[in-house]
Amino acid sequence: MLYREAGQFKASYIEDQQIFPIRQDKIGFIAILAFFSLVVPMIASEYWLQAILIPVLIFSLAAIGLNILTGYAGQLSLGSAAFMAVGAFGAYNFMLRIDGMPFIAALILGGLCAALVGIAFGLPSLRIKGFYLAVATLAAQFFIVWALVKFPWFSNNSTSGVISAQKVEILGFAFDTPVSKYLLTLAVVAVFALLAKNLVRTTTGRSWMAVRDMDVAAEVIGIRPMRAKLSAFAVSSFYCGVAGALYAYTYLGTVEPEGFSLDLSFRILFMIIIGGVASIMGSFLGAAFIVLLPIFLNVAMHALFAGTMPAGLASNLELIIFGGLIIFFLIVEPHGLARLWQIGKEKLRLWPFPH
Amino acid sequence: MMNDMPQEAVQEQTRRIGDVVLDLQNISLSFGGVKALTNISFDVREHEIRSIIGPNGAGKSSMLNVINGVYHPQEGRILFRGEERRKMEPHVAAAQGIARTFQNIALFKGMSVLDNIMTGRNLKMKCGLLAHAMFWGPAQKEEIEHRKKVEEVIDFLEIQSIRKTPVGRLPYGLQKRVELGRALAAEPSLLLLDEPMAGMNVEEKQDMCRFILDVNDQFGTTIVLIEHDMGVVMDISDRVVVLDYGKKIGDGAPDEVKNNPEVIAAYLGTSH
Amino acid sequence: MQFFFEVLIGGLLSGVLYVLVALGFVLIYKASGVFNFAQGAMVFFAALTFVGFRELLPGLTGLDPEGALVFWMAFVLALGAMIVLGILTEKIVLRPLVNQPHITLFMATIGLTFLVEGIAQGIWGANVRGLSLGIADEPVEWIMDSANMLVSKFDLFAAALAGVLVASLALFFQYTKVGRALRAVADDHQAALSIGIPLQQIWAIVWAVAGFVALVAGLIWGARSGVQFALTFTALKALPVLILGGFTSVPGAIVGGLIIGASEKLAEVYIGPFVGGGIEGWFPYMLALAFLLVRPEGLFGERHIDRV
Repeated sequence: MLYREAGQFKASYIEDQQIFPIRQDKIGFIAILAFFSLVVPMIASEYWLQAILIPVLIFSLAAIGLNILTGYAGQLSLGSAAFMAVGAFGAYNFMLRIDGMPFIAALILGGLCAALVGIAFGLPSLRIKGFYLAVATLAAQFFIVWALVKFPWFSNNSTSGVISAQKVEILGFAFDTPVSKYLLTLAVVAVFALLAKNLVRTTTGRSWMAVRDMDVAAEVIGIRPMRAKLSAFAVSSFYCGVAGALYAYTYLGTVEPEGFSLDLSFRILFMIIIGGVASIMGSFLGAAFIVLLPIFLNVAMHALFAGTMPAGLASNLELIIFGGLIIFFLIVEPHGLARLWQIGKEKLRLWPFPH
Repeated sequence: MMNDMPQEAVQEQTRRIGDVVLDLQNISLSFGGVKALTNISFDVREHEIRSIIGPNGAGKSSMLNVINGVYHPQEGRILFRGEERRKMEPHVAAAQGIARTFQNIALFKGMSVLDNIMTGRNLKMKCGLLAHAMFWGPAQKEEIEHRKKVEEVIDFLEIQSIRKTPVGRLPYGLQKRVELGRALAAEPSLLLLDEPMAGMNVEEKQDMCRFILDVNDQFGTTIVLIEHDMGVVMDISDRVVVLDYGKKIGDGAPDEVKNNPEVIAAYLGTSH
Repeated sequence: MQFFFEVLIGGLLSGVLYVLVALGFVLIYKASGVFNFAQGAMVFFAALTFVGFRELLPGLTGLDPEGALVFWMAFVLALGAMIVLGILTEKIVLRPLVNQPHITLFMATIGLTFLVEGIAQGIWGANVRGLSLGIADEPVEWIMDSANMLVSKFDLFAAALAGVLVASLALFFQYTKVGRALRAVADDHQAALSIGIPLQQIWAIVWAVAGFVALVAGLIWGARSGVQFALTFTALKALPVLILGGFTSVPGAIVGGLIIGASEKLAEVYIGPFVGGGIEGWFPYMLALAFLLVRPEGLFGERHIDRV
C-alpha cells in the first residue's frame, strides 16, 4: 500500500517531466544512492569493493555507453572494449605527458579521444545498417587493439603495450585505498549516469530513438540521420572511454591492450541484452549480473566438487549459461531485467488488488 | 459521405486560395528502368486541399516522396515558393515547412505518443547535446515550452488520454491520428497526407476528415492528400489530380475530374 | 614476381577456407534472413565432434584408429550431431524469434555462439587436438620443379574439395524439389508459404545442410591448424567475405573468400613489415569497410530499394 501515486498531482510540465515523477521512486533512488555511498564503504570488505563493486560500476558505465548506441540509436556495436582501451590509453598518455594534469580532466580527455575514434568508425553507419555495421565495429575492435600493441608510443615503450596507471590524486587527496577508489568510481559513474538519463529523455535521445525506429520517417520530420548517428557514436564511445580509463585507474591498475578483447566487447553486449536494451537502469542490472555470475558459478562449483573440479568446467558452464540466457532473454523478455523490474513496480502499484 | 458534412462544405467555399506554392514541372522518376512517374506536371496553391488519386500502383506515393525529397526525380523541375530545388534531402524539406504522414504508419514504435509528437518539434529546438545532458536552464525551459505546443496538438486531436502510451500498443486508427499529430507539431505550411483514412471505419474517417479540414481552416495549412475514398476526396478537395500508371490523366476541380472520360475508364475500365 | 605469385596462390588457397565458412552463412541467410554469427562456432563444434568420435571409436569397437572405417563412422556421427544441432537451433532459437528485427536475430546467434562453444568444450574438453586427413601439407613436386613455386598439396586438395562441395550444392538447389522450394523461400517467405511450401521443414533442412558445410569446413580447417577454440574467431573472417561478395550470393561468397584470402596474405607480406606486422588480424575487416562505402550491397548482392 506504500507504493501509490494517487494524490500526487502534476500542476506543471516541469513536475511531469522529472526523472522520477512518482514520489516513492525518488525516495527509493535517494535511499539506494545513500546506501551505496555511505553504508557500503563501512561494511564492505576489500574483496567486495575491489573485485565486485568497482568492476560492476565501471561496466555499468560501459554498458550505458553501448546502450546509447545500440539500445537507443539502434546501431549494433561489437567494439565497445576497443573504445574502452582508447579511453584508458588516452587518459594514461595525458597523465604521462602533461605535468600536473588533473585526474578528472585526463578522464574526460581520454573519453574524448574515444569519442573521436568512435566517430571515425561510426562514419560507415551513414551508409550501412545492422550487421553490416557489426563488421565496421569489428574492424575497430581488431585494429585498435593491434595499433596499441604495435605502436610503442601509446604505452610509453613498454613491452606488448602494458601500462601501469599513475597514482590518482585529486586536489591533493590520494585515492589509494579500495574505499576511496570505490567512492571515486561511484561518484563518476553516478554523475555520468544522470547525464545519460537526461540525454535520452530529451531531444537528443528522441532523435536517436527516431532514427532507430524508422529512419526514413525521422529524416522526413527533419532529424538528420547523420548527426543523430554520429552523435550516438560519439557519446557512446565517450562513455566507453571513461569506463576504460576507470578500468585502468581504479580497478586493475595495470592493463594491456589484449585485455580489451572481443570477448570483453561481447560481455558488454550481453550486459545490455540481459539488463535491458534502451534502459539506463538496465545497464546497471546487466553489469551486476554479468560480473556476479562467474563469481557465483566459481563459488558454487567449488562447493560442489570441493577441489576435484574438472578443469575448465566452470568456464564452459559460464559460456553455456551466458549463451543460453541471451537466447532466453531475447525470446522471452527482450527488454531484460529492467522490464521485469518495471512489471514488478506496476504490480506493486496495484497491490493488493489484481487490477 | 456527401451529406455527412454539410458545415465543412460551406467552409470550403469561404476559404481563400492563394498563389501557387509548389510547382512540379515534367517530373519523371524511374527505379532502374521501371518508370514510376512519367512527365507529370501540376501545381499546388496556398491554403488549398489538393488531392492525388489513382488506382494502386499509379505512382501517388512516389509523387509525395518526390515532393519531400525522399526520391529524386531524374527529370523535371520542382519549384517550392518560387525557388527551384535540386536533389534536396528530406530533412531540408522538413526545415522548409513540409511535413507528411505515411501510407503504412511510420511512427517510432518504441516511444510514447508524447515523445513521438515531440520529435515533430525537433527542428524548432536549438539547445545542444551538452545542454540536454545537464537539463538545466535553457534546455529545460525549451523542453517545457515545446511540451506546451505539443499539448496543444494533443488537445486538438483529442488524444489526451493516451499521451503516455507507447504507440505500438495503440489501435490502427489512433496510430494514424498520432502520426498526423507528429506532422502537425512541426507547424508545417505544406502537409502531405498519404492515405490518412485507409483502413478506418466510418466514425474514424469522419474524425480524420474533421481534423484535416480544421487544420486547413484554422492554421491555413496547404494540404496534399492521397486518398482512395472517392466520397471524401470529392467532398473536401479543392482540386484533384488523377494518376494512372505513372501518367497524369486528369486535373481539375472535383466535378470536372469526376466527368473526365479517361478517369472513368481508369477506374472502371480494364486497369482496375 | 615469383614470390608474388607464390604468396598470391597461397592466399587464394587459404581463401578457400573462408569460402567454406561463408557458404554456410549464405545458405542460412538466403533461406531465413538470419545472419548466423554462430557459423564459426558450428565449424568448431563439427571439427571437435569429429575428432572426439574418432578418438573414442577405436576404444569402443577395437577398430584401427587410422582406418577408413573409423574415419567414416566418425564423419557420419559428427554429421548426425550437426544435423541435430541445426534442427534444434531452428526449432528452439529461431522459430520463436520469427518476425523480430534482424538485429535481435543477430544477437541471438551471438548467444548461440557462446552456447555451442560451451557445449562443444564441455563434452570434448578444451585441449587443442590434431586432425589428420591423410594428406600431407607439403609442396607439390612438379609445380616446384616446373615453376619453382611452393604450392601445398593439402591446399590444392582443400580447394578441390570445396569445388566439389559448391558444385554439388548448386546441383542440389537447382534440380531437386527441396532445392526449388528453398529458392522459393529465399525469394519470398509469404509467397512460398501460400503455395504450400512447408516453411519450417525447409528451414530445418537448410540448417542441416549448413551443419554439413560446417563439418567439411571444420575438417579442412582443423587439419590445417589444429582443432581449437581459435577456429571460431578465424571463422569471423567470413564476415568481410560476405560483405565483399554480398550476403545472398554463392558465387559472391566464393569470389569474396578468394579476394580476402589473397589480399590479407599480400598485405601481410608487402605492407606488414612497414607497420610491425600482424595486420592479417584486421586487414580483411578494413578492406570490407572500405568496400562497403563504395558498394554497400556487395559485388553480387541485390541493390535494395527502400519503399515508404
